[in-house]
Amino acid sequence: MLRRLEWLRRWEGLLVAILVVVVVVNAVQSPVYLSVENQINLFGLFIEKIIVALVMTFIIINGEIDLSVASVMGMSACLLARLYEIGVPVQWGIVMALLTGVLAGAFNGFWIAVVGLPSLAVTLAGLIGYRGIALVLLEDRSIGYFPDWFNALGQKPLVGPFPLALIIFFVLLVIAVVVLQYSGFGRYVYVIGNNREVARYSGVKVRRVKMALFIASSTVAALAGLLIAARLGAVRGSTAEGFELDIITMVLMGGVSIFGGTGTLTGVLLSILIILNLRNGMLLLNIPGHTQTGVIGVLLILSVLTPNLGQEFRAFWSRRRRTGLAPAPGEEKGG
Amino acid sequence: MNTLKRYVRPEQIRELSLVLLIFVIIVFFGAQIEGYYSGRTFNRIAGDVAIIAVVAVGQTLVVLTRNIDLSVGSIVGFTAYFVGTQLARHNDITLPWAVLLAIGVGALMGLINGVVIAYGRVPAIITTLGTLALYRTLLVNYSNARTVIIDTLPKWVPELSRVNLFSLGTLEFRPMVVLAVAMVVIFQLVITYLPYGRRLYAIGSNPEAARIAGFPTPRIVMTAYVLCGALSGLAGFMFLARFGNITVVAAQGMELQAVAAVVVGGVNIFGGSGTMIGALLGAVMINTLEQSLRRWLQISEFWRNALLGLLILLAVASDAVILNRLRTLWARSGLQIKADAVQAQVQEESRHVA
Repeated sequence: MLRRLEWLRRWEGLLVAILVVVVVVNAVQSPVYLSVENQINLFGLFIEKIIVALVMTFIIINGEIDLSVASVMGMSACLLARLYEIGVPVQWGIVMALLTGVLAGAFNGFWIAVVGLPSLAVTLAGLIGYRGIALVLLEDRSIGYFPDWFNALGQKPLVGPFPLALIIFFVLLVIAVVVLQYSGFGRYVYVIGNNREVARYSGVKVRRVKMALFIASSTVAALAGLLIAARLGAVRGSTAEGFELDIITMVLMGGVSIFGGTGTLTGVLLSILIILNLRNGMLLLNIPGHTQTGVIGVLLILSVLTPNLGQEFRAFWSRRRRTGLAPAPGEEKGG
Repeated sequence: MNTLKRYVRPEQIRELSLVLLIFVIIVFFGAQIEGYYSGRTFNRIAGDVAIIAVVAVGQTLVVLTRNIDLSVGSIVGFTAYFVGTQLARHNDITLPWAVLLAIGVGALMGLINGVVIAYGRVPAIITTLGTLALYRTLLVNYSNARTVIIDTLPKWVPELSRVNLFSLGTLEFRPMVVLAVAMVVIFQLVITYLPYGRRLYAIGSNPEAARIAGFPTPRIVMTAYVLCGALSGLAGFMFLARFGNITVVAAQGMELQAVAAVVVGGVNIFGGSGTMIGALLGAVMINTLEQSLRRWLQISEFWRNALLGLLILLAVASDAVILNRLRTLWARSGLQIKADAVQAQVQEESRHVA
């Protein structure tokens, strides 16, 4: 147990080191980089993904995955736009979109927690299906010209220099830290992720925890979809398409194990900062958006590959140190 | 009942019901849509299914081992574009070389997936989500925002999807369709009769047991990915021949259609069971349903994703709920038959002793 903690600390140490390098390189490249405005802008561009990544951390620690978040974001934004188009006031549109998020989460959760289907398959179907609903709602139109107050929520600072999305992020972050690190529910999340069967036999209500997590995930995703609609001021069927890549990368690069059971919010926050600053740096270097996506794809693979190789390397070392003895026990094969 | 149980496996029930379902769909829409039973309907569906089916064959190989490949859409798009530009630049490349080039590029991309997944022990979903983005990025950078245009290709390329090899009545069988069927048959034989194919099943149904039995699991999984990449490359070539004009978004989202075909076709998403024929039937069913609905309800193509998502969920759910029950039923009755046989033998022997 102690060795695992030590390794975690080292992984987070590595993240801090990478972050420092990225920030220093960026700061040298551009004098405005370190200004408060630039940093807030930086957050603003990715705030929706960051918010969803907070809940995704819970889900992956729990040993599950939610691939459908980006599609739920798109669906909620499209529903808002469609309702607005047919004359429903935006306030009611917001309520409906959030309710749709709750429903989508309950739907995912039903198949995963109650029926017991793999979350990978269910949320893959969700990824396709919810995007399908978004496309059915808007087809190939783009809808904008929302009321000014709605756009202002997404584009103008609300309190001091902070826009609404950033405030929501801070509130959610505090809630997430308290729930995950200091509450019984948070311990359950870890325990289930470590060993579902043991958790069940110890009397943890596994189904209820999973159900709550998937509902939270989709609801927050729906909220993020509304935020992106407000920030961009226009919605299309493809809004937020492919965001799951960035979101899952943020969580996995933060040292959360894809097999569940380990990981901290500190690590996830560090990896979010790295990805933000990296993207910002790439923008400063005039690297186009699609190349950035490719870089994020490589990062995602490396963030899981590196610890695996490190483990292999350490096993190799310890085998060499104990020459003549039995080789180090093989690790679990990942599926 | 018992003889029935002995000859029909639960997996085959899935395929039989798919055939039945396709039949029902065709009869239903035949009654609803005028002029539905025509060569045109067949050709349109067959043309779409041919490409998806080849990708689905590769996907099945991977899914059988309890993995998944989400990067196939990007591989199809990249090879279609890459081979397209090569053909436009060098008009003297012949058909075999063009096909080999496509397969080679696809196999290389599959190899990258395979090495990272099998030897780097990175979960398949993570790796291929990453390479889905990476390969598409390669395509965008390589293309420089230009498009492959059909007029710059050699004349024989678009011909491939138009000429008629042989016809049954008004149904025309074009080279693409024949090629797709050939791939399905070949790989069905591979996974049924070759040791390599049986190992795919073994790894998928119990990776731990396969490892203890001494299978070179990483190598087998890696070759499954290489084959999947190669087949996607072939599909990329077919895509080029069918559409001619290739943009950077070519075949985007095809991985979802392939996964849907495979899962609806009864290939277990957790590996270890399923057939190529099933995957083909899945592709046929999804495409027939989609095309028919589009003509019947005049609904737009935007319904495709919603439909695919629903079908995948239904397939996975029915697999978990109905098929699992059937399997236990089968297993129990199998045990019953064996127990009966043993008891009969014991009685026989005791009679001899007496």
